[in-house]
Amino acid sequence: MMKFLKYILTGILFGIVMTKSEAVSWFRIQEMFRFQSFHMYGIIGTAVTLGIIIVYVMKKVRLNDLSGQPIKFQDKDKRWPKYLIGGTIFGLGWALTGACPGPIFVNIGYGYLGMLIVALGAVIGTYLYGVFKDKLPH
Amino acid sequence: MLEILKHHWPWYTSGIVIAFIMMLLLYFGKSFGFSANLRSICSMAGAGRKVKLFDFDWKAQIWNLVFLVGAVIGGYLSSTVLKSDEPMQLSSATVSDLAKLGINFDGSLNPAGLFGLQSFSDPKVILLLLCGGLMVGFGSRYAGGCTSGHAISGLSNLQLPSLIAVIGFFIGGLIMTHLLFPLIF
Repeated sequence: MMKFLKYILTGILFGIVMTKSEAVSWFRIQEMFRFQSFHMYGIIGTAVTLGIIIVYVMKKVRLNDLSGQPIKFQDKDKRWPKYLIGGTIFGLGWALTGACPGPIFVNIGYGYLGMLIVALGAVIGTYLYGVFKDKLPH
Repeated sequence: MLEILKHHWPWYTSGIVIAFIMMLLLYFGKSFGFSANLRSICSMAGAGRKVKLFDFDWKAQIWNLVFLVGAVIGGYLSSTVLKSDEPMQLSSATVSDLAKLGINFDGSLNPAGLFGLQSFSDPKVILLLLCGGLMVGFGSRYAGGCTSGHAISGLSNLQLPSLIAVIGFFIGGLIMTHLLFPLIF
């Protein structure tokens, strides 16, 4: 049980920061896609800028993880059509529901129970991708 | 201390904490990617017997499901002990654009008409939320990741595929917002 404690605490931190900075807000996502505020760009921009530095340093000093294994950074598969097509479908849903997978669940915890329907849709959508995977261009 | 935490957190604190979370998960030997949980849920439900994508050892992903439970708890704490009394400060241009579509901003995080309890009694809203969720789930698995896996983890590791995925996220989001919203709402 103890080995999962760190993940639940990290998840709680994620839920709190996403809510308190309003990144789980449908309205904020609309504001972002209408280019009417810097807010969401500031959040993503800061996270990515710091993230690039963190990953660079971790690779440079060859940091080991908690269990002493070298930290692996996996390169993504280079075939690109799936990223553009899948990404575009994802973006359509993101703008409509105002939530990507993480915020769907954070919002359920907050008490927005309509997000349960979105979560159900997301699980069905994931399943359908699995069913049709071999027939889709990648 | 609690009083400070109750206020809205500025965007830069959020960006710093999200990068910190990504770093923590890397240090734990894992990788930050939330939509993998949707695949695990399908596998737990037994989808692996029929569909190859779900035929994997989801038990190795329990840590991520625990992270998901934490995210739900974090959302709950934000609406209770950490609840802010101040309304959200949304751009006035967005407020007036959405009002034209019949969606009124009341200072809360999400429109109650879409995500409150009443959404369960409106067939059109149920359909919209179901289809929206469907596209989120289908698209994130198709693209091999969502905002956390591509925009945060992938871009931090300078992955060109992740940049293409993020461009896709925006193409889809802009089409939905500017072309489809006027037809839907």
